[in-house]
Amino acid sequence: MHVTSSVRQPLITGGKTLKDVTHDISRQVEAKPSMGWLLAFLFSVGVLLLGSIALVATLWEGIGMWGLNKTVGWAWDITNFVWWVGIGHAGTLISAVLLLFRQKWRMAINRAAEAMTIFAVICAAMFPVIHMGRPWLGAYWALPLPNTFGSLWVNFNSPLLWDVFAISTYFSVSLVFWYIGLIPDFATIRDRASGIRKTIYGALSFGWDGAAKTWSRYESVALILAGLATPLVLSVHTIVSFDFATSVIPGWHTTIFPPYFVAGAIFSGFAMVLTLMIVTRKVFHLEDYITIGHIELMNIVIIITGSIVGIAYITEFFIAWYSGVAAEQYAFMNRMFGPYWWAYWSMMTCNVISPQLFWFKKIRTSIVATFLLSLVVNIGMWFERFVIIVTSLHRDYLPSSWAMFYPTISDVGVYLFTFGLFFTLFFLFAKFFPVINMAEIKSIVKSTSEKVTK
Amino acid sequence: MTENKKTYWKGLEQLTNDPEFVKNAEKEFPEMPTILGNEEGASRRDFLKLMGFSLAAASLAACEAPVRKAIPYVNKPVDVNPSIPNYYASTFSSGGDYASIVVKTREGRPIKIDGNELSPINKGGISAIVEASVLSLYDKQRLAGPYINGTKSDWATIDSEVKAKLASAGTVKIVTNTVISPSTERVLQQFAEVFGSAEVITYDPISNYGITKAAETSYGTAMLPSYNFDKANVIVSFGADFLGTWISPIEFAKQYGQGRKISKEKPVMSRHFQFESNLSLTGANADYRTPIKPSQSGLAVLALYNAIAKQAGVATVSGAIEIAHLDKAAKELWANKGKSIVVSGSNDPNVQVVVNAINDLLENNGVTVDFSKPSYFRKGDDSKMNQFVADLKAGLIGGVIFYNCNPVYDFAKGAEVAEGIAKAKVSVATNSTMDETASMVQYIAPDHHYLESWNDFYPRKGEYSLSQPAISPLFDSRQAQDTFLVWAGAATNYYDFLQQNWNTTLFAAQTETANFQEFWDRSLFNGVYSIPSESTPVANVADLASAASYVAKAYKAESAGTELAIYTKVGIGNGTFANNPWLQEMSDPISKATWDNYLTVSQKWANENGLKMSEGETKKAKITVGGKSLIVPVLVQPGQADETVGLALGYGRTKAGRVADGVGVNAYELVDSSKGFTNFDVTEGISIELTSEVYKIAQTQTHQTYMGREFVIQEATLGEYKEDASAGRYQPKIYKEGEFVKPSKISLWKGHQYSQHHWGLAIDMNSCIGCGACTIACQVENNVSVVGKQEVLNRREMAWIRIDRYYSSPAEATSNKELEVAADNPEVTFQPMMCQHCNNAPCETVCPVAATTHSSEGLNQMTYNRCIGTRYCANNCPYKVRRFNWFKYHDNKDFAAVNVAQNDDMGKMVLNPDVTVRARGVIEKCSMCVQRIQAGKLTAKREGRKVKDGEINVACASACPTTAIVFGDMNDANSKITQMLKIQEDTTSAMKEVNEERAYHVLEEINVSPNVWYFTKIRNKDKSEA
Repeated sequence: MHVTSSVRQPLITGGKTLKDVTHDISRQVEAKPSMGWLLAFLFSVGVLLLGSIALVATLWEGIGMWGLNKTVGWAWDITNFVWWVGIGHAGTLISAVLLLFRQKWRMAINRAAEAMTIFAVICAAMFPVIHMGRPWLGAYWALPLPNTFGSLWVNFNSPLLWDVFAISTYFSVSLVFWYIGLIPDFATIRDRASGIRKTIYGALSFGWDGAAKTWSRYESVALILAGLATPLVLSVHTIVSFDFATSVIPGWHTTIFPPYFVAGAIFSGFAMVLTLMIVTRKVFHLEDYITIGHIELMNIVIIITGSIVGIAYITEFFIAWYSGVAAEQYAFMNRMFGPYWWAYWSMMTCNVISPQLFWFKKIRTSIVATFLLSLVVNIGMWFERFVIIVTSLHRDYLPSSWAMFYPTISDVGVYLFTFGLFFTLFFLFAKFFPVINMAEIKSIVKSTSEKVTK
Repeated sequence: MTENKKTYWKGLEQLTNDPEFVKNAEKEFPEMPTILGNEEGASRRDFLKLMGFSLAAASLAACEAPVRKAIPYVNKPVDVNPSIPNYYASTFSSGGDYASIVVKTREGRPIKIDGNELSPINKGGISAIVEASVLSLYDKQRLAGPYINGTKSDWATIDSEVKAKLASAGTVKIVTNTVISPSTERVLQQFAEVFGSAEVITYDPISNYGITKAAETSYGTAMLPSYNFDKANVIVSFGADFLGTWISPIEFAKQYGQGRKISKEKPVMSRHFQFESNLSLTGANADYRTPIKPSQSGLAVLALYNAIAKQAGVATVSGAIEIAHLDKAAKELWANKGKSIVVSGSNDPNVQVVVNAINDLLENNGVTVDFSKPSYFRKGDDSKMNQFVADLKAGLIGGVIFYNCNPVYDFAKGAEVAEGIAKAKVSVATNSTMDETASMVQYIAPDHHYLESWNDFYPRKGEYSLSQPAISPLFDSRQAQDTFLVWAGAATNYYDFLQQNWNTTLFAAQTETANFQEFWDRSLFNGVYSIPSESTPVANVADLASAASYVAKAYKAESAGTELAIYTKVGIGNGTFANNPWLQEMSDPISKATWDNYLTVSQKWANENGLKMSEGETKKAKITVGGKSLIVPVLVQPGQADETVGLALGYGRTKAGRVADGVGVNAYELVDSSKGFTNFDVTEGISIELTSEVYKIAQTQTHQTYMGREFVIQEATLGEYKEDASAGRYQPKIYKEGEFVKPSKISLWKGHQYSQHHWGLAIDMNSCIGCGACTIACQVENNVSVVGKQEVLNRREMAWIRIDRYYSSPAEATSNKELEVAADNPEVTFQPMMCQHCNNAPCETVCPVAATTHSSEGLNQMTYNRCIGTRYCANNCPYKVRRFNWFKYHDNKDFAAVNVAQNDDMGKMVLNPDVTVRARGVIEKCSMCVQRIQAGKLTAKREGRKVKDGEINVACASACPTTAIVFGDMNDANSKITQMLKIQEDTTSAMKEVNEERAYHVLEEINVSPNVWYFTKIRNKDKSEA
């Protein structure tokens, strides 16, 4: 039987030539900063500075500046940590896993997604340090460094220590992967630039010469790093989930956490990628590269992961009931109907119900709807972590210690600080680095035998 | 070691001692390379090495370490050895509140107070107030010298002026709270004689005039009896909070605790009925508690009299009321004739006359209520005091001396006293602070703190005790007795006077020793001296009918309108020690509130007025009594009788000092004195109006019930216990390979082995009365920070041991929402909660830097230095006992006002040098007083023996007046704890097989395997009512 596969939709629209690609993408880097960029950048720096007041106050006075108490020892700090780490999942998934699966559509978005990953991980990594009572010691005591303090060594039983390894590994692999991908593009910009810019981009491009051998090595390294990074996509959030899963607190002590956290991370990561991409493509006029097709595919990932997360929520309830453990059952009833019911139902609405709207093609191909829903998903995922952390802690075993958590201005301020940091870094990236991998995307400008040069 | 004669050789060469070896052995370490010693002189390389080293050493030496002042003794005082504590027997007394104590001093500073076990009164027990009094010693609010008209003066000036003025003042009155010191009384007498028979007016802020007056009516002498709750099988109390605040609570708690100890061998316990308006600590412990209105209390006593009179076949009196459990109480009292006790907290002499009659009918007189052994804790005479106030106001009094009392604040007619003081020609106070009264007088001659004073005490017939200075006076104060002696022109000082007095009275009356010095030294060493005497019933001569008819008229079975029952809190008492931050932050045993007094209202009232309290957030109400109004926050109190409200005394100080000023409102202003006695039950003319002003009360526990969680609280009734010793036990089983097994049989861990000691605690929830003495003892012992009201509101109190207080939910409650609400008249359970020192500790595994680890003796230990403050351990603690230093609490001006012991140079003297003051950002928690364990082990080691059981005790257990907490070594087969828990097998394993049926682990099902065991709460209720 003769089978003819349907004609694939082109991944890049607008009939771009290779030259157009170079021009479209290098344009942002080479042009003077636009007014819009400048305003956005200054706004981010403003948020960063505003948030830093809270950060400095916390470091100066102590963790008491936050709303934590004897019962709720973690709240916004670890919520934000897990949230940012979760967001940081999409980049690696897109660049590594999709590379291995030969998903060429990823090429338009992987650069920015990876950048986002790195910045999100930087924001995330801040929290384990600043949430410490004595960060000036903890920042290096938590590392297995040889020391002369006596026989002092880290405790390998502690999931917090596993976090240290998981996050630092993930961060370094992601950074290397991202940077290696950037080298050919830096070289392209170097070749088009002059003066001091030429020197800087020249240094950044590590003497890239574009030889066939260099390309071959480049491809191999990308593949090897993709292979290394793929297990990390699963491991990082698995390990983060161990912080909770290995504990004895009802609502934390849950074996379903590793897959549930990974799915949630991808879910939130894709949502954040969408949020950023939709803005970037608009601002930098990259609609031909980041197409509706991309958005639709990402929305499909969101439906899938959102549904996994929904199933996980339901499973947790079932297990709590099935276990027969009274404290566990109460913890889950308390999530739904306790004092923090609003957080729980925000989470349910944002994470489980709203992504189901993407079953409608109209919605998943609508830019506006996608943008709004991506925000909703990120809000929902923040609440998920808040629900897990705060509602489990605030009413655990002994009712005498039950308490409420109310955030303070410093809690909000430190969260703002990370937003400021994230967007400051992202805007710097968007201006000074090529936001799309020019070298790679040129390989898919045309998938047929059409001429690619005019 | 001495028996070990073996010699170990380094090798054959040493054994044979061959000369080659000997030569080399001497030069085991190669010589240091010489610089100038070798023939060629120093090499360039050596020179550089040496120079480099010198340079590095010199620059290191230049980095100066901060200079900390530690001044060694030039001449070491006798008996003071650095780091070795000294203990002195002494006595705490404030007004008539009394405790025989042992003072622990370190390098000459008193740092801790324990009960004196030799005392036949408090028998080693102690209360929160007594524990905390050591901090008052270092209170900078104390006056540093005498004052004349508000300006500092000197003793010579004040002496000459006061003497001269008093001589010409005319009528002189000395106002005081109860004085139980016989020598002081003689000093006052001597003083009075010099100044034209000056009269001593005694009043008590918490008056028990009703009892003394009634004793006068019934038995001919105004006195308090001795109460023996330990000899009573049935206890009936009408509003007397004898475990918390009534007369001599430490003593009564000790006695009561004995009746609540229960075991398979002795399955009996006292039965306790309580009829009261506010939920008191005593009511919380009662088996049957009936809320009544204050206006019913007199009739309730009458009704009990009638019920018993009927059984006894004696004529009844008129007056009747239907009150739940009253008939049952009467029946049981009668069945336990001579082994029961009836007490009333009423200050109405007529009611007390009826109470006396009841005890006489029950043949308790001379047994449980012993008038042949009068107590002297309260000698106040309300009518005399009222007369004095009237005279003072009328300007009839020429000279007034306030001897360590503060009537402007703590007497119902305080405002009148304040008004009258100015009319006296000369006014003097010996108060040691510039309090409400002292600030209004012309002359202040500040007294020493009791820890700086010599004194004697006569709290009860046949019982004497002494106090001795544990430190030189910190300020330029002078003992009041010395002041009186000086003013009276006596040549002697008080110490000699005291000895002389003992010499002529007690020493002369005994025959044991012929040497006074020996007698004195022994009495001082013991702190107490007793003269045994027999108890006999005293004949009742009262005209019951007149008292009864008064009661029948004055009290009502039914009354409309809200009534106010003014009460005293366990921590703050009458307010004398209000400036003590430990007491202010002590969580009230019942309301769990700190730093406030409040109007306690019933749940019904709250519902009717639409008030819902959540996380301490409430509203203020305006209470008007007669013409006086106070705006006071409202606290919803389960167990509060309907149509009644309660308000605590001791707050609303205006001149106590920086800690207490402005905290709460002064309830003394509402005390009724219209009936000739100080009446704390205000039954008429009260209106309460809820305002819209929102207010937050800082409670350490805001969730009231235990949600029916059997894994937390396990309880049974006595009947059930008799049938089955494990009644009420919750025994979770976990499914494993085809069978259900105990959680302890499933573990990830191999389990620890404790080859030496295995420390543990056994806590009897049946004898724990919830008084909180342990919490303050722990605070003192372990330098626990005070954080202030705002931080308590933020739920950040630092207590290492807390007493969880749970109310029962309504019987019909099933859903979570219903279980959250307390019953209107709930059963109360107290559960002391501290670090459980788990053998499978969840905190230990999660710390990334191993700052909390397990000791080889079963302790979970916290290394503050290593802690980086992730708080993961605190989150993962199922008992929520770990505390985080959210801020720097020491040497921080933000906490200087409340955390006096860690901020103020004087306050810091109270710190226990054996316990680190924790830095900001680290976790802390109960260490099971590891410093005491180490000290005990060292003593034993030095003496070359094993640690004896009882030699080491933790602070909470030693403070407990009911010995509800027992500490010991579970590896020691003879220790009390091993026997209590019935640990039979001799094992060094962490997992001990405990055979005591009542013993359980809180949260057994998660198998963290604590070293703290709880004993089920047993209520002496009829089975069907459980």
